[in-house]
Amino acid sequence: MMGKNTDKNSYTFIFAVIMVLVVGSILAFTAQSLKERITENERFEKQQNILYAMGINDNEDGSITFISTDKVADIFSQYITKQLVIQGDKVTEDDMAYLIDVRREKKLAKNKSYQRRLPLFVGKKEGKTFYIVPIRGKGLWDAIWAYVAMDENMVVQGAFFDHKAETPGLGANIKQRFFMDDFIGEHMFSNGIFKGITVAKGNNDPLNRRKDDNRVDAIAGATITGDGVTAMIKSDIRLYVPYFKTLKSN
Amino acid sequence: MALLSKKDTKLILDPLSDDNPITIQVLGICSALAITAELEASIVMAISVMFVLGLGNVVISLLRNIIPSKIRIIVQLIVVAALVIIVDLILKAFAYELSKTLSVFVGLIITNCIIMGRFEAFALANRPWRSFLDGIGNAAGYGLILIIVGFFRELLGSGSLLGFKVLGDPISKTGLYAFGYENNGFMLLSPMALIIVGLIIWVQRSKNKALIEEE
Repeated sequence: MMGKNTDKNSYTFIFAVIMVLVVGSILAFTAQSLKERITENERFEKQQNILYAMGINDNEDGSITFISTDKVADIFSQYITKQLVIQGDKVTEDDMAYLIDVRREKKLAKNKSYQRRLPLFVGKKEGKTFYIVPIRGKGLWDAIWAYVAMDENMVVQGAFFDHKAETPGLGANIKQRFFMDDFIGEHMFSNGIFKGITVAKGNNDPLNRRKDDNRVDAIAGATITGDGVTAMIKSDIRLYVPYFKTLKSN
Repeated sequence: MALLSKKDTKLILDPLSDDNPITIQVLGICSALAITAELEASIVMAISVMFVLGLGNVVISLLRNIIPSKIRIIVQLIVVAALVIIVDLILKAFAYELSKTLSVFVGLIITNCIIMGRFEAFALANRPWRSFLDGIGNAAGYGLILIIVGFFRELLGSGSLLGFKVLGDPISKTGLYAFGYENNGFMLLSPMALIIVGLIIWVQRSKNKALIEEE
């Protein structure tokens, strides 16, 4: 009897409407009530990532361990001495620069009249100054991004890569120590020309002994993710070159 | 009284061997190829699917008498998508690190054909408790194959298991690598997953002739 009723068009229609309303409100309610916690977690994550790039983390052998969330806000304000926003020739200080949405800025910048806001974080550790820049690009399936810490000569001091949906075990390995640590010491420039760093196949220097060749070893089975990393370093870090030039002339 | 009757036990044990979703029903192949390059990813996926399939089967089974048959596939999709999104949101709020690890799997879980397959084939016609057991059983059968494939792909492809370099270090040539052993990079690519699944099917059928179809 029940089966007969459920075949009617009107029943199907009403069922669909009610289901959409019920599921929709459950999802909206969950999202709304958890929103605050989630944004807070995302804020902590950004701070953790930035600190990680400049080598402030709880890493042990081969592990990737961030500063714990209950301490990260304090440690962030202790080590990150300045947060800058670069907009053309204008450089301003902004304590909330780390919350700038790089993805949104990239999108807005497609409109030529918009001058993209580029966040840059200056950190100090043991007397050394780190310049940390956030970059963002495309992997195989979705977004990939990174925080790259450099010295004033644009030599990489540390990097943290992350991704939204790269293939586990392959492209997702850009988030592993063996890949990220390869970048340390690599140069962005070659003979005074900005070259970026290429994620190169060919296994010619797997131990990564040569630091001035603008190359790191690629991950097998992750060609497109690797190319994405190369592309985002070239396109996004290039934008910061003028700022680094002013550092040197001072 | 036993917790599980004989019939119930069968629901859990059958999908592990003679009615395995991957090797017999040939469902869920896509994710079996996609994420088995490492053992850890296989285990995470197996647990996630078990959770979603167990819960989803119960929800569908509870709704089985009121779901209009014309739009049942859409209803199933909405149930699984909503479940996955809610779990994802809760993890993001309370276990952020874990949610980062799982985020990659969310899309793969929603589109996993085993989930839709069990909703359609079992939960729509059975009581919640039996549907729950069926979900757990099928997810376990699926997970078992994933773990076997992941084990061989990581071991032969990267020379490690769960990230531990069990065969020595391929770059500084220690352990097996000192004798000229090399990792098989082909293992990391999806075609090898298909070949391993094929080998498992071969072994399984040669051990149990009843599984071989009559000409």
